[in-house]
Amino acid sequence: LNTVYGLHLGYFTGGAELLFNGTKEQHVKLPSQSEQWDVRQLLVWIKTNLLKERPELFIQGDTVRPGILVLINEADWELMGQLDYKLEDRDNIVFISTLHGG
Amino acid sequence: MCQVEEDYKDEALQRTAALSVGQKCMKCKEGCAVVVIRVGDAFCKSCFRDYFVHKFRAMLGKTRLIFPGEKVLLALSGGSTSSSMLCQVQEGLSREASKKLRFSPGIVHIDEGAVCGRSAEERQETLMQLEAIFQASGFPYHIVYLEEVFKLPNSILQSVSSSPTSHGQNYKEAVDDFLQKQREALIDVEQRLTVEDERNVTHSEQIEAKFDQLSTSTAVSEENSATILSETSPSGKWPFTLEQTEAVKELFSSVKTLTAKEELLQTLRHHLILHTARNKEYSKIMMGDSCTRLAVKLLTNISLGRGASLAVDTGFSDNRYGDIMILRPMREYSSKEIAFYNKLFEVPTVFTPALDTKASDKASIHRLTESFVNKLQTDFPSTVSTVYRTSEKLNTACSDINSGVEQTDKCLLCLCIMDTKVEEASAFQATLISEKLSCKQSPDQMPVNKVSEQSCCDNQAEEKGKCCSTNSGACHPPVSNTTTDFLTLLCYSCRLTVKDMVSLSLLPQYVLSEAERRKRRAQVREQIQEFLLPPEDESDENY
Ligand SMILES: [Zn+2]
Ligand SMILES: [Zn+2]
Repeated sequence: LNTVYGLHLGYFTGGAELLFNGTKEQHVKLPSQSEQWDVRQLLVWIKTNLLKERPELFIQGDTVRPGILVLINEADWELMGQLDYKLEDRDNIVFISTLHGG
Repeated sequence: MCQVEEDYKDEALQRTAALSVGQKCMKCKEGCAVVVIRVGDAFCKSCFRDYFVHKFRAMLGKTRLIFPGEKVLLALSGGSTSSSMLCQVQEGLSREASKKLRFSPGIVHIDEGAVCGRSAEERQETLMQLEAIFQASGFPYHIVYLEEVFKLPNSILQSVSSSPTSHGQNYKEAVDDFLQKQREALIDVEQRLTVEDERNVTHSEQIEAKFDQLSTSTAVSEENSATILSETSPSGKWPFTLEQTEAVKELFSSVKTLTAKEELLQTLRHHLILHTARNKEYSKIMMGDSCTRLAVKLLTNISLGRGASLAVDTGFSDNRYGDIMILRPMREYSSKEIAFYNKLFEVPTVFTPALDTKASDKASIHRLTESFVNKLQTDFPSTVSTVYRTSEKLNTACSDINSGVEQTDKCLLCLCIMDTKVEEASAFQATLISEKLSCKQSPDQMPVNKVSEQSCCDNQAEEKGKCCSTNSGACHPPVSNTTTDFLTLLCYSCRLTVKDMVSLSLLPQYVLSEAERRKRRAQVREQIQEFLLPPEDESDENY
């Protein structure tokens, strides 16, 4: 299990993209590790590598801030095991902020 | 109470147990579930769409407030909820005849860029994106700038007492009437066609063309969009001056707290939307407030002391303006449902920064409440709809109060019914007392019976930071009469907002002159008081 994961990350609406320097989507490569990556680890990785400012507006504790929705391959992460979901190569992870949207 | 807690515990357990990877849709039992709504209800993409679309139609059908052919103004910010609302209206108008929505929509967008730290170029760019969406809808649209508050007439602050619908008939009659007129028009068309037929005009083509014209939505939109576009197109000249931009910026920077800024912005936005509706002859306004947003509003209102206007602020229909009714057709959708719908069905949205997009959770009462409600929604999804259902109950109980209330009993700024006279022991009085007590180091210096004197942050206070909350000394500079008089015209929560302002003089002219007018009326009333016969019925005092 030494594959390098290529992921597609998207950030939508309500200013979630502002936290990522205005990027709306990006492809990222996760470094290889002995075990399979899960979403919990991905969030930690995002926090240290991608979040430029105010990480607490995106991540609180070990999960996303309430009001931020997560889609894994176009489906609600609640159906996918949330933080425990094991990432596959070329997964598509989208974060949608529902905060102060009109 | 214990019962309730147990229910929530069960709910949390169910949620983890019921959901699994690759789950089937709970409705059709075939499709693969893609979204979980409420408690553990997993829907596939197509059933979710049906559910979402049906809810909108049911909401309008159940309430029966929109009459066929009526002009309805959709207030669109470009954000997720209002964009989703636009999409539902478009969907509703394109349906087959029996289920078709029969009103005639238009769009209004308020550009608030001036106070959200945006440059003219940034505002223009956002407006271009919005216009692309509005144009695609084919509906007439109106873009209004926050700066235009300086051009509003006094009358915007006067509630019109006429009935909200000029139809004077019930919904059923109105629908029948509308259909009857359509039928008559058709017969008329056919008769004329028989004449034209003799002149060798293709019959079916003609009928089709006439059918198109009869369909209220399409006909109106194409005509109007062209004229309105030229009127307000951002690519042309801005309909306001640089001075007005500066003035509106100055107004907002004179407001000390973010909570008050948010309240003020909402008030002015409502005035602009109302003005547009009156000007362009719309009789209803649709606002994109989701269930989550309304729950936030409701709890914020309670914290701000806007208890008296909870019902009108959060109900499905809001009739505070008298002639134009506000509707909130998105109030049964959670922000999660809306976000998923927009993502799955590619509903275009345009993100515009708010007053404080990156502010912390504790920056304002509104922010704090929002973060609380979002936590609730994540952990206990059903509680949020419980919160908004509470407002629904309040609505039925209070809806009659609004009619027959005299002008002077309505708040100058938000036009809700004044709550300040109602109870001596209200939250308003309580705040005044605690304000005074917390200002003084020794409470004995401020006898409680003096609390009826209003306001401590008046417009004369030049040292902004020195007021109320922090400093113990210099707390009550002499209150000027103008500020005190002004405050008496406001409801409790608008008083809090205005008290947060450094100077009243920065308010737009229509607010100040309407305040003057009401004060004069009150003075006249006082002067002639002794010559008047005691009114038998309070509501007859319309002189
Ligand atoms: Zn299904
Ligand atoms: Zn008010």
